[in-house]
Amino acid sequence: MKKIGLIGAGKMGISHLSILGMHPDVNVVGVADKSILVTDVLRKLTNFTVYADYRELLDRESPDAVFIATPTKFHDTLVTEMIEENIHVFVEKPFCLHADNGSRIVSRVKVNNIVNQVGYHNKFIATFTETKKLLDSGLLGRITHFSGSMSGPVVVSSKDVTWRAKPEEGGGCLMDYAAHILDLINHLIGKLESVKAADLISIYSKNVEDAIFCLLETSDGIHGMINVNWSDDTFRKMSTSLIIHCEKGKIEVDTTELKVFFKYSDVPPNYEKGWNIRHLNTLTPSVNYYLRGEEYSLQIDKFIGALKGTTANDINTFETALQTDLIMEKIKRFKN
Amino acid sequence: MERILFGDNQFFGINHISDQKSREQSILFRKDTAILNILNVAKTAGVNTFMCTTHDRMKGVNNLILNSGKLYADYTIYPCLPYAHKYANAVTELGFSGALKEFMPNDFLGSLLKGSTAVITRNYISLMELFVDAELKNFKGLNTPVIFLQNVIADLLLGLGMGDVIKAFDNHIRKKYKAEPGYITMNLPAMLEFLNKNEIYNPIICTSINVDGFRMSGGKSAYEKILSSGKCRVIAMQIFSGGAANTSTAIEYVCSLPGIESILFGASKAYHIQETIDLIRKQDIIQFHKISSNHLESVL
Repeated sequence: MKKIGLIGAGKMGISHLSILGMHPDVNVVGVADKSILVTDVLRKLTNFTVYADYRELLDRESPDAVFIATPTKFHDTLVTEMIEENIHVFVEKPFCLHADNGSRIVSRVKVNNIVNQVGYHNKFIATFTETKKLLDSGLLGRITHFSGSMSGPVVVSSKDVTWRAKPEEGGGCLMDYAAHILDLINHLIGKLESVKAADLISIYSKNVEDAIFCLLETSDGIHGMINVNWSDDTFRKMSTSLIIHCEKGKIEVDTTELKVFFKYSDVPPNYEKGWNIRHLNTLTPSVNYYLRGEEYSLQIDKFIGALKGTTANDINTFETALQTDLIMEKIKRFKN
Repeated sequence: MERILFGDNQFFGINHISDQKSREQSILFRKDTAILNILNVAKTAGVNTFMCTTHDRMKGVNNLILNSGKLYADYTIYPCLPYAHKYANAVTELGFSGALKEFMPNDFLGSLLKGSTAVITRNYISLMELFVDAELKNFKGLNTPVIFLQNVIADLLLGLGMGDVIKAFDNHIRKKYKAEPGYITMNLPAMLEFLNKNEIYNPIICTSINVDGFRMSGGKSAYEKILSSGKCRVIAMQIFSGGAANTSTAIEYVCSLPGIESILFGASKAYHIQETIDLIRKQDIIQFHKISSNHLESVL
């Protein structure tokens, strides 16, 4: 059993807590949150040990690892503190507000041999996992260009009440939302290196952007665009999709469906020339406990597996999440 | 409960295997009358129970049902609460306390504004009851003998081990609504254990059951074992594994299992509705004959 602590019990923190609470290899030793409402609810209605101060959790419970799901502005100091104390870390996305701090952390985890993971859950969605396999097989040939889009109903009126409306705290559609698709492109297509054009638009928010259009280029010279809008309430929930054009075919993929076109008959097993359609239900592995999507349980299984030494610590590492932080900094600074 | 129940996913753009199809469906059913037309099809085919989320759109649909006179006089609705995305999106936008203020029923808001935070921090159970009442407001006057807790919340309570809350939900539904509480879950084995631990026995549980084992968390064989045990009243949902399974193979599997009281399905086209109902009825007859002949053989 691994002793796990949780710092930050907001929406993502509570979701992680629930999955950790059901995990056969995990003993949740404590939960820390500053909110009186949250700590009071957890104290009265659950059996978790609850702390108002995370330091107390660390000192009293000595966890093997912590999950950090606080607002982004606290990530770098908290993660640094854990590494200094040799505590393994899972931190929510995005990784750090400032890439400089992220770089320092990446070099420290290597020295201290810390198991590290960032909560970019899309990589555990089976349609995207299969896309990675197809692209890595080389049978689609060279990737020529791509386009990615994300839409959902996060900010649908002018309220500006939480940290998500404050640019200095990691708020805004770029860092809090577009981070997902940028990270996915980094993983599937190639390391995003430069920004060719960027337009950040406010729809309801006063101080942050609600939509982003952006032309990008990978280190291998692959061009593509992203179109992201977190103020679109024609969507019930977050929708993420990618179109990837290749020399020998094309992929259209979202969180539920994968459509792949092979121009020639040189195809992977169980695929054929022309269009192929695969759905999440036939691709996804089962999980022990399900909440909102297999990917949330699978990413935690991966982290716990790495702690136990049964799986490699090779997806969503701090190092790959830092690449996403770096391209977001470049988009923010870009002047058309 | 009837053998076949009609579901609502198709009406509100919920599709587990195609984002594109879910968008098309939400446009197709943009008017409440379009929803009623499909309910009419299912009703004509003999399905008299509609299982639906407490989506805001249900206010209009329920009004149409209430005003359709004799045709819907014997109709049954199983509300499933809450419509979780509404709250999840609000928590993202406003934070926990902001979301609480946003959805607080009016009479409760008064005590909050007076600064009596003690009410809020200490009496979460009555707060939960008020939320349940607010969700069910649009179902007044309808026949709702079973009221469900949706899977996102039910499974969250399971994961967090909030036994007092689930027990309080169970009591509230029985006492105030004189209805049977039901639980939707993606984790049947763990959920049944959790409910039993909280002294909720022989519960109505609606859960994914399909030939592919899709979203049968804890494993297909654990589900089959529970079905044989007869320790809960099961409604099978996602019988087509979210849409990919072969229709007749899928129905044959579900109908062959013991311990499934009802089968829930939804569809947006008349011929699909009729086809599914016909296949379930046909398989039920085949299974009945199989069981009868096995029984006869054992007696003789």
